[in-house]
Amino acid sequence: MKISSTLYSIQQGIKNIWRNKMFSLASIATMSACIFLFGLFYIIVNNFNGMVKDAEENVAITVFFDDGLSKKQIDEIGKKIKKRGEVAKCIYVSNKKAAKDFGNKMQVKTDKTEKNDTNKQKDVSLRNTKDQTNVTDNKGKLPSNTAEILKDALKNSDHYEVFLNDVSMQKNLVNYVKGMDGVRKVNHSKEIAKTLTAFNKLIGYISAGIIIILLGVAVFLISNTVTVGISVRREEIAIMRLIGATDFLIRAPFIVEGIIIGLVGAILPLILLYTLYGKIIGYIKDRFSVINNIVSFIPVGQIFTTLVPVAILLGVGIGLFGSMITIRKHLRV
Amino acid sequence: MIKLENVSKEYVAGVPALSDISINIDEGEFVFVVGDSGSGKSTFIKLLLKELEPTTGTIWINDKPLNKIKRRQIPKLRRNIGVVFQDFRLLKDRNVYENVAFAQKVIGENNLHIRKKVSKMLSLVGLAAKYRSVPRQLSGGEQQRVAIARALVNEPKILLADEPTGNLDNNNAWEIMKLLEEINNRGTTVVVVTHNMEIVKVMKKRVITMKKGVIVSDSKQGDIENEN
Repeated sequence: MKISSTLYSIQQGIKNIWRNKMFSLASIATMSACIFLFGLFYIIVNNFNGMVKDAEENVAITVFFDDGLSKKQIDEIGKKIKKRGEVAKCIYVSNKKAAKDFGNKMQVKTDKTEKNDTNKQKDVSLRNTKDQTNVTDNKGKLPSNTAEILKDALKNSDHYEVFLNDVSMQKNLVNYVKGMDGVRKVNHSKEIAKTLTAFNKLIGYISAGIIIILLGVAVFLISNTVTVGISVRREEIAIMRLIGATDFLIRAPFIVEGIIIGLVGAILPLILLYTLYGKIIGYIKDRFSVINNIVSFIPVGQIFTTLVPVAILLGVGIGLFGSMITIRKHLRV
Repeated sequence: MIKLENVSKEYVAGVPALSDISINIDEGEFVFVVGDSGSGKSTFIKLLLKELEPTTGTIWINDKPLNKIKRRQIPKLRRNIGVVFQDFRLLKDRNVYENVAFAQKVIGENNLHIRKKVSKMLSLVGLAAKYRSVPRQLSGGEQQRVAIARALVNEPKILLADEPTGNLDNNNAWEIMKLLEEINNRGTTVVVVTHNMEIVKVMKKRVITMKKGVIVSDSKQGDIENEN
């Protein structure tokens, strides 16, 4: 295709959009809504996946004992637990060790967010609280059930950390341990992981449903816009045919129109999402430092490295598809 | 140049629009095709432009059989056939220059070439001074001149004119016919479909008369069958 023909097609494509302003705007708005929701769900699902992964890395059950239990009795419980086939590791954590680990853990966390004054204050206050204890994993991350563990630790924080060979057996083990004499409480983070996974799936299904519906609407609207463009230019198309324009040259402006609608419809929500995501993360970090210590958000750059090309491809693809099916239907040259 | 051999066209099976017609038009000829409504004149034009396929028979344009031309080659065929219509078919939102340049743009010519060619064509049809006018600012005759300029700007070897004077008064009709004659004198083969018998008689050109899809006469020098 010659440069002049390419320029002509682009020029006519833009003119088509301008001529059918209202239809074009409606198409761009629908496309934007579609891509915005896609991006939003992508961000949510990715962050949830991150959280679930964090939680799953800490799949362990924490066994707390009745008040006044002797060391011998505690050892006995430990032996019974270790005998279970699904148990990979059972570690006794004393009150003092738990408090020390928790203090170290909070130091690590707060060092990562030095600029956050609120966190610093919290860190200092936590380290100064002798009775406070908690459990940290080997990677220096806090388990997702920190709040509950902390609460229990304030009463009686001697406990076993039990790691499993197979997380699917967790329920059995929890039931077994709960039935043991001397066991006050069993915390198991897998419940949180399960909930997160289920919630993640739910969001995935809902988002897929909404996106599919919106994609359909976007294709329909783009198709309508292109149809109007074709009917407005019917006379011109007839003349083009008679004077020897190629099929491609006749069709190209409508393809350009669909692509531009798709492209603009993708770029606008991406800019909005980029701005909103950065601001929301910043806001949460500033205002809710407790959450900040428990969950970690995926950085803006990491999210958008994948989201930008995917969203643009999606927008352009839908625009192209919408215009192509319309051309096939209404523009038999 | 143009050859039809036993060509028939049926839109509905058993109802022929053209019945077994054979015509031979040589390069540089000026031919009138006349006949009443429904005689098959428009079908004849559409077949030459390969807008329609004949039901039977073969059509040759520039020694090429149209039935051998593939779909993607049709634009190239049409670039060698200029066509003008009774209703001018100009782009109303574009001026005279843009209407003529349009034919060059769609075949991908560059702007410099387009400027030269369009100026030359507008001078030929006598509209160089009105290149900025839009169609509604022109008379019917002037609009038809623009259409002729557009049809000729790609230098086709054949010019088909389907009722070119149908919407024009007598003076304008004659001016258009003189222009077509001049174009023919420059070497372009001209085929004019018309029902303006006065013009046909005065012009003294070859006349093909059609009736109900059949050629009833093919005469030289403006001799027309009595019934016409």
